[in-house]
Amino acid sequence: MDWESIFSNTLESAIGRDAMVFALAAIGLNLHFGYTGLLNFGQAGFMAVGAYGVGITVVEFDAPLWVGVIVGIVGAVGLALLLGLPTLRLRADYLAITTIAAGEILRFIFRAAEFRDFTGGSNGINGFARDFTNANPFNGDFELWLISFSATQMWYLTVGWALVLLSVLLIWLLTRSPWGRVLKAIREDEDAVRALGKNVYAYKMQSLIVGGVIGSLAGMMLAISARSVQPDNYGTPTTFFAYACLILGGAATIWGPVVGSMIFWSIMAFTENLLRQLVENDHIPDSIMSGVQVGQVRFMLMGLGLALLMIFRPQGVFGDRREIALTTR
Amino acid sequence: MSRLLRGAVAGIGLLVVVGTLLWASPAGAQEPGADDPAEQEPGQSQQVSGTLRYKDDSGEDVFVEGLEVTVESADGSFSETVTSDEDGRWAVEVPGPGRYTASIDPDQLPEDVSLRDEDRSALTVTLAEGESRAVLFALQSGEGGRGGSHFFDRAARLSVEGLKFGLIIAICAIGLSLIFGTTGLVNFAHGEMVTWGALVAFFFNVTLGWPMVLSAAIAVVVGAITGLGIDRGLWRPLERRGTGLIAMLVITIGVGILIRYVFLYQFGGFTRTYADYQLQTEGLELGPVTIVPRDLATILISLGVLVAVALALQLTRIGKAMRAVADNRDLAESSGIDVERVVGYVWAAGAGLAALGGVLLGLAEQVDWLMGFRLLLLMFAGVILGGIGTAYGALIGSIVIGLLVQLSTLWVAPELKNVVALLVLIIILIVRPQGILGQAERVG
Repeated sequence: MDWESIFSNTLESAIGRDAMVFALAAIGLNLHFGYTGLLNFGQAGFMAVGAYGVGITVVEFDAPLWVGVIVGIVGAVGLALLLGLPTLRLRADYLAITTIAAGEILRFIFRAAEFRDFTGGSNGINGFARDFTNANPFNGDFELWLISFSATQMWYLTVGWALVLLSVLLIWLLTRSPWGRVLKAIREDEDAVRALGKNVYAYKMQSLIVGGVIGSLAGMMLAISARSVQPDNYGTPTTFFAYACLILGGAATIWGPVVGSMIFWSIMAFTENLLRQLVENDHIPDSIMSGVQVGQVRFMLMGLGLALLMIFRPQGVFGDRREIALTTR
Repeated sequence: MSRLLRGAVAGIGLLVVVGTLLWASPAGAQEPGADDPAEQEPGQSQQVSGTLRYKDDSGEDVFVEGLEVTVESADGSFSETVTSDEDGRWAVEVPGPGRYTASIDPDQLPEDVSLRDEDRSALTVTLAEGESRAVLFALQSGEGGRGGSHFFDRAARLSVEGLKFGLIIAICAIGLSLIFGTTGLVNFAHGEMVTWGALVAFFFNVTLGWPMVLSAAIAVVVGAITGLGIDRGLWRPLERRGTGLIAMLVITIGVGILIRYVFLYQFGGFTRTYADYQLQTEGLELGPVTIVPRDLATILISLGVLVAVALALQLTRIGKAMRAVADNRDLAESSGIDVERVVGYVWAAGAGLAALGGVLLGLAEQVDWLMGFRLLLLMFAGVILGGIGTAYGALIGSIVIGLLVQLSTLWVAPELKNVVALLVLIIILIVRPQGILGQAERVG
């Protein structure tokens, strides 16, 4: 058993790419689900729009990367309007079904061979991150105790975590403003807010847009750090992962999604590395678990964890139980 | 708390039963040693290959040379295009086990050759470790396919397909709709009830070799018991504990993921078929449409079951009680209906029907670990189209969705057919959120 590699992988995952990407995605969801009470199950769709916005603009239209980023953000705003206009008047569970359907529609379209010329079909898009790689100020590997990252990793992690911090700052400023208090009031009692003369619909829409744009940033960072856009990276499991991160950390808290994502991905890395070593060193016989099945066990733990958290500690690590006692009506 | 603990124990017990039931199934169904890495040479090459040929009018084999075949892995990480040689042969070395899709472009085929079924220009195979598979594109001489005078033939054929698919969705979705109607729970784990039925039937039919009809009956019973168990062991304690409906919705997602990956763990990522009723080519001819006995039976069984369900809802005491609870829970409770008991029946019936739907879907298509989850959004579409919470709405909505999905392939690529159904779902939510049969009421 190589405990050092297990712990080093776990530590690296806590601040690695997945933790960074899903922290961003969960911050966006936090505004939707935690503060406004919107059940957005299409966050993966927002991420896909961000990623494909960058990929298609840069590769198909030969534009610089920053134009792609703007296109991705505009795309996310457009998706929020498209989704929100019809569905924000509906009850929470209807919104859940609609957004999950919209996310799947986007994935089907992005991976369809019909539109291969633009989206690359199921192969996705490559070769749009050159501007980003060229701007890398780091050279040489970075090492500190058990953690080591390459210069490329350091660069996207620095940019990504900077975006996370900026988003946290934004959410902090927004939610302590009068605007944020209206959102929380909508979550608690929509009709009461309406009776006070607020345009509930407009507030929900603004929340959907801001959270969706942060989600699209998550998609862009996933695409840029992997240097490719793969349609199947933006399926419903991605949304569920983001929910798990958010609920683990604590919905309706400022740092909940960030810490939740770090904890979530370290648990995932720890269990995967531990199980893999146990399997490789024959502490677990092949008849019970093979190498391929280790990845599946991670998903089982994630599902079980999500259900148990929601049952026993719906407020997560940091949250306040009273803030997430949501009802559908 | 102790009630919840008991519930949790019951739930875990149920999972253990699920596990043990499935334990034997992969071993029995796989080629010996296929998943045993110890018997494999590391780095042994695996390939997807095939021969492109068709019979000309005189019955002679003709090979298609120079046609491009593209093989892609399901996650999109691997893709390679090769050209068939003079004997029509093609082969692609693939990097490892997994799902691969081999596709040809029907427009590239020589003029006098067409695909026997236009939907089958992309075929998916699943390779185990070290396994190679051959893929056969069914070609025929002469024109087939879209457009022209064949349009109506195709439309007729797709209508029958759509009716069958819609009836299967309906059987699966009645439970989803009734559970929502009686408890308000949006059950994102309902797709797993469908897969569960298909897998139980697979275990008895393939692993144990029992007849299909008996296996299906067992699957329905096991499904119903599971549904009842989940209601008693999980949802009822949670409801007593005061867990909100949104929290429950998230819990169904977590439970759904857990069950799905337990299925994958035990069953593997393979796509498999039942032992019976697979090779059927001769069938009943109705004008341009040929219905094989399996499909005819599926349609008749579905119709029979749905009529029986409708009659039961309309005439029996418990059926009336179900409709009453779905219509107005508080009013039903205050008129002396034991709501918890009714909800228990709804879970048992809904899960049993979902299991039956899973078996029929497994017969119509194939059995794999994700089949129910793939169907889930179509079920939602059907249920919402018809009016969520109503039993008959689920029926009508699902049939419409089934027809839409199949008939849409007349105009759009088959891989986009689900998009059409999901778009309809969204449009319905905009135009008439209460659905076709739902009462007009404020839903937001």
